[in-house]
Amino acid sequence: MTWLTWRQFRIPALSVFAALIVIGVVLAITGPELVGRTNFSDQDVLFGGTILVLYLLPAVIGVFWGVPMITRELESGTHSLVWNQTVTRKRWLVTKLGLGLLAAMVAAGLLGWAVSWWASPIDALAATQTDRGMLSRIMPVVFGARGIVPIGYAAFALALGVAVGMVLKRTVAAMAVTLVVIAAVLLVVPNFVRPYLLPPQTMTVAIVGEDITNITGDETGDILEIGVRNPPGAWVLANETVDPAGKAVSPLPDFVQTCVPRPGRDAGPPSHGSLEACMAQLGPHGYQQRLTYQPGSRFWPLQWLELALFLAMTALLTWFCFRRVRHLS
Amino acid sequence: MTVLRAQGLGKKYKRKWALTGCTLEIEAGHVTGLVGPNGAGKSTLLNIASGMLEPTTGTIEVCGGTPGSGPEQLAKVGYVAQSTPVYTGLTIEEHLRLGAHLNPRWDDSLATKRVERLGLDPKQPAGKLSGGQRAQLALTLGIAKRPELLLLDEPVAALDPLARREFLQDLMESVAEHGLSVVMSSHLVNDLERVCDHLVVLVASEVRVIGDVDELLASHHRLSGPRRDVETLPSDQHVISAKHTDRQTTVLVRTEAPILDPAWTVAQIGLEDLVLEYMSNPAAARPALEVLR
Repeated sequence: MTWLTWRQFRIPALSVFAALIVIGVVLAITGPELVGRTNFSDQDVLFGGTILVLYLLPAVIGVFWGVPMITRELESGTHSLVWNQTVTRKRWLVTKLGLGLLAAMVAAGLLGWAVSWWASPIDALAATQTDRGMLSRIMPVVFGARGIVPIGYAAFALALGVAVGMVLKRTVAAMAVTLVVIAAVLLVVPNFVRPYLLPPQTMTVAIVGEDITNITGDETGDILEIGVRNPPGAWVLANETVDPAGKAVSPLPDFVQTCVPRPGRDAGPPSHGSLEACMAQLGPHGYQQRLTYQPGSRFWPLQWLELALFLAMTALLTWFCFRRVRHLS
Repeated sequence: MTVLRAQGLGKKYKRKWALTGCTLEIEAGHVTGLVGPNGAGKSTLLNIASGMLEPTTGTIEVCGGTPGSGPEQLAKVGYVAQSTPVYTGLTIEEHLRLGAHLNPRWDDSLATKRVERLGLDPKQPAGKLSGGQRAQLALTLGIAKRPELLLLDEPVAALDPLARREFLQDLMESVAEHGLSVVMSSHLVNDLERVCDHLVVLVASEVRVIGDVDELLASHHRLSGPRRDVETLPSDQHVISAKHTDRQTTVLVRTEAPILDPAWTVAQIGLEDLVLEYMSNPAAARPALEVLR
């Protein structure tokens, strides 16, 4: 069974691994140059590109590895050929899923490791930053392209492709559904699940002029909120101003609304110093800034938790596939 | 010995029943033809017997086991689906390799010789084969697996008359050589007549006739004579069909006893006509009295 599965799977598998080798070579050439630098602004394309590739990989695995594994047999009727050899459906599925999962996890593991290595100088610098200028590796988009979570994404995507293929039995439809579900999961998990995998920490700090990193207003010119510096390398979930009673306020109280000139009403931009000094009036009035965040030190605990989450979802899908294969025809 | 025993077998797809209350027994050591009109449940029955489908109701026992229950059962039963599927990307050689990998009882020399005899190039991808060659390849996999029972679902449906004849000829040789039991379905009686020694006529999932082909032919007679009421026939003559014109009556009867009434002209009936009579007269299994109305 392994021989047949490999024979059917080798072209899609080798195509992906060939692409990974090309990416690996690019990273190996450019990686050493990054060590010791403090400005990576010229690396934006590659930095974004490596992240993109790591998010495309599970999609490719689910759509081009997982789905056809099942639907190609069902569509061409070859399932009735292979299921009538001296091989149970269970063993057929064990081999397919086993080889597929192994290849998916190895591919994602290698790519995740290579990109993590390549980006380590950038990540190290980002971990020291307290403003929003650089993305720390714990922040949503980067997090999924580092460490070990890509392994979980890849395993999940493969199992999903196989499961959807078994339900829909048609390649194109199953590919579309698989792609949509993978995209949805990769949007929902970072935004609605990952922040709560570990209870976030909170920290209330005094508002000091030079710590203010951003001021946000609406179109009428009302100042809605300000942000202050983060703990270095942290993933900030909320950066909000609280009144003396500890309640979040937005828009900010009237006495600071005049700090910023209204467009079309006041002339010229305010000087930076006076703006900061003006906003800093919040402090003496008892206002403080409350930060809700996941500290950068939680990168690995969160990686392991999210990997476990995706492997659990993979196990669930695998269980479903084994239930389903008995009734497939 | 019985290779296939079904009791009240039924299969429901979503809302439609494809097979209901099918009860039959097929003996080992025969080539059994399964005939019936489209939708009679032939494919469904074979699919259930191979373990491809699970029955909704009833029980089935194939070679002493439940279809598809495990490797031992799978080894005993070979099945070639109607579409004679092969892996289009794999060569003939690779198909044989597949068979060797997946079947402990695989007979490699048989498979290789068979491919050689059929004049197929082992390096050729199966996707480039003609319909007949594909069917031959699928059959090769089925035979070289060395099953006790080979199930063939309309194996010749897609073949032209010449390829059909060659395929059946070849099947017969293999059957004779390896002594396996075969159950094959077809809606073309001509094809079955050439190769089958047993026949099952399935109409609306009901077994209308089952038996040895020669015995069936010997016990069915077409009687024609002056018009008369078929109720007056002796009770041991089961009327399968009756046709009346103003002056003449033609009946098909089944009886073991000789026809003694001198008023009848007795004629033998071919297998195809026999099957067609059974298919077109769904009430024939009822007592002769009711047939008349």
